[in-house]
Amino acid sequence: MLKNTYEWLDKRLDITPMWRDIADHEVPEHVNPAHHFSAFIYCFGGLTFFIVVIQILSGMFLALYYVPDIQNAWKSVDYLQNEIAFGQIVRGMHHWGASVSIVMLFLHTLRVFFTGSYKHPREFNWVIGMSIFFVMLGLGFTGYLLPWDNKAYFATKVGIQIAASVPVIGSAIATFLQGGEIVGAQTLARFFALHVFFLPAILLLLLGVHFVLIRRQGISGPL
Amino acid sequence: MAHHHDNDKEIHYVGDSRVVQKTERLVPKDYSEFPGKTEAFFPNFLLKEWMVAVVVLVGFMALVMAEEPPLGAQADPTNTGFLPVPDWYFLFLYELLKFKWASGPYVVVGTVIVPMLAFGSLFLVPWLDTGKERRPMKRPVTIGIMFLALIGSVVLTWVAWDEHEKQLASLPKGEAEAKIVDQKDPAFDIYKNNACVNCHGQKLEGLQGPPLRGVGDAYTPDEIISIMNEGKGKMPAGMFQGTALEKEQLADWLAKQKTGRKMSEEQ
Repeated sequence: MLKNTYEWLDKRLDITPMWRDIADHEVPEHVNPAHHFSAFIYCFGGLTFFIVVIQILSGMFLALYYVPDIQNAWKSVDYLQNEIAFGQIVRGMHHWGASVSIVMLFLHTLRVFFTGSYKHPREFNWVIGMSIFFVMLGLGFTGYLLPWDNKAYFATKVGIQIAASVPVIGSAIATFLQGGEIVGAQTLARFFALHVFFLPAILLLLLGVHFVLIRRQGISGPL
Repeated sequence: MAHHHDNDKEIHYVGDSRVVQKTERLVPKDYSEFPGKTEAFFPNFLLKEWMVAVVVLVGFMALVMAEEPPLGAQADPTNTGFLPVPDWYFLFLYELLKFKWASGPYVVVGTVIVPMLAFGSLFLVPWLDTGKERRPMKRPVTIGIMFLALIGSVVLTWVAWDEHEKQLASLPKGEAEAKIVDQKDPAFDIYKNNACVNCHGQKLEGLQGPPLRGVGDAYTPDEIISIMNEGKGKMPAGMFQGTALEKEQLADWLAKQKTGRKMSEEQ
């Protein structure tokens, strides 16, 4: 039955080559932690992706309750954390996952750096990876404001002041981030949109390119 | 359709398309060229990666269950006493901007030049370190610079954190740190339904009256009841309008509002 369904689809969509590209390839011994324990350093990239999936899923559930306006943002976070079943767990996963994903991403970057894996022919994938790092920092910065407590508000204010001190384009960056003259209602709406729509879209796009390039170029050889 | 089989032609196409066939490509090595045992990505290798992920997940969920995600008091733009601190991974930049040579008139050093140099060279590292050698021990300059940058960032982060902790400790004790103990206690509703809330705030954070977070450090339930009855300072007597039982419940709950720190002042 399952086989027939597959064959029916395969005849029309030719999915076997896609399956081969995504799943059916050999993984060399030197990256396999089952053969060499020290090869766990090659797991940081996969773990970063794993935490990103946790962030997306927990974020989707937070979005069921979160209200991005200055009257209700804090109240909605307070409510979902203290009143909703498992709300504290879901918010905890998103809150701590933000830090853990940065740590994992950092470790992955260091692994690629120290093993010289960014060298020919993988230069471009390194640049994609660094871009992912900056998008993740952007997600961290925009997400920090959303609970709308004092810590969030004043950290964002300082962050925007720092951006504003950049010569020539500083005030333009500050206006873009604030959506006005002060950190206020516009800023919250804007950070919410960036955090939930713009940056995740860019992140997924970059991750897709990152993975396609890894499949195209293969993993770097043993040292 | 047949044109791509014609080797005499100078231009070759991919399949039946008009995409020109390239002669040179960077095809990854066949895995049989790697030494040792390879294995299939799916399901064999993915299972092993998943086992690593499970170990990480267990540790992660333990952290999530042990540590409540912090949520401070609602943002109050008029609060002038609040010490701002960015998330930990921005602390190095925050600390960098405190150097004399990277702040004030030289702020451009801290906001543009140093970050641009550091992150710009990190971005372009494949074109700065172009040698064929991949082993870290054989690339002393690249690895050396990275180590210095890493040590610098760790030190800056640590200094920033340490300084923030010290500043926090020197702040007057107040609502910022203390949490409401036992928020689900019905006494909290008694509090909210009475006049208390008008002066001491929805979250015990204090408005015209002082904050009540951590009030249990200073008073016993009986003392709190006598304050409710007789007033104190600007607080008039007899503000609590509920029943005697409610008054007792509320006083017991307020006395539970302890921060765990010792009170230094006498009452």
